Amino acid sequence: MTADQTTADQASAPPADLRRSPAAHLTEQMRAGDVDGPRGVRLREIPFAVQLGIRAEPGAPSGRAAAEAWGVGLPAGPRAGETVTGDPEGRHVIWISPDEFLAVEPSGLAGLIDVRGIEGALDGMPGQIVDLSGNRTILELTGPSARSVLEKGCHVDLHPRAFPAGAAASTLLGPVQAIVHRTREDVFRILPRASFADYTVRWLLDGMAEFAGEELIR
Amino acid sequence: MLLITCPHCGPRDEVEFHYGGQAHVAYPEDPQALDDAAWAHFLFYRDNPAGAFAERWQHSAGCRKWFDVVRDTVTYEFLTPEGGSR
Ligand SMILES: [Zn+2]
Repeated sequence: MTADQTTADQASAPPADLRRSPAAHLTEQMRAGDVDGPRGVRLREIPFAVQLGIRAEPGAPSGRAAAEAWGVGLPAGPRAGETVTGDPEGRHVIWISPDEFLAVEPSGLAGLIDVRGIEGALDGMPGQIVDLSGNRTILELTGPSARSVLEKGCHVDLHPRAFPAGAAASTLLGPVQAIVHRTREDVFRILPRASFADYTVRWLLDGMAEFAGEELIR
Repeated sequence: MLLITCPHCGPRDEVEFHYGGQAHVAYPEDPQALDDAAWAHFLFYRDNPAGAFAERWQHSAGCRKWFDVVRDTVTYEFLTPEGGSR
């Protein structure tokens, strides 16, 4: 076999086998940290979601082109009570700022998305769409105690009247900048940057530990 | 902790913000023409009122936008309604 053939074989190998998600090394700890029952809370990573950073104004031609390319309209923002559009289990868009959005596809279909094609949708127009899939990972905290765990250090009000299912906010979790997205009443997704994933998982596991024991004060 | 109203995101905790000092400090029209004293004055000299003060904040952990507010430096009260302007 020539050197050229070896290179060609490597190039055709599926890259998924080589990928390691930012919290993959903590999979066992996350499983061990699961708490069942009425005070239950579970943590898992949703790895390898496709995430695209969109810089465009929603009403402008580039905003409309970005929405059309992704297939989901851009959210109007917290002042209009709309911070997420689309299906949280499929393609959705999270509001970041008046001209910045994060398009997310967390399902197993993410690998089928033509990321390069969507990135090119704004060619010749102001604004940009950039593949940010490696920037953040998604941690999902589920269960009746999920909100109590986050409230130990999250700087937004997580009461349902202020932060209902379908809301998202860029904020701090402890000292870590993260996007918090409440997909259902007791399901929170936390999107820290990849290099903060290890710390954030350990912070959450530490916060979850008390719920495995008896409730001391009612 | 101050509760600061971002014009885009609404009321948020102070730790999400970065303080940007006095607002409306214009960049010199012709920086080359400034002598050292004038340049130092532009860089480092700021008002220090006891009372209303126009200042800049950035919502660094949120939308990352800069905005201006007027804040009372004695009472810490934000005087601009709706969290100020862009
Ligand atoms: Zn903001």
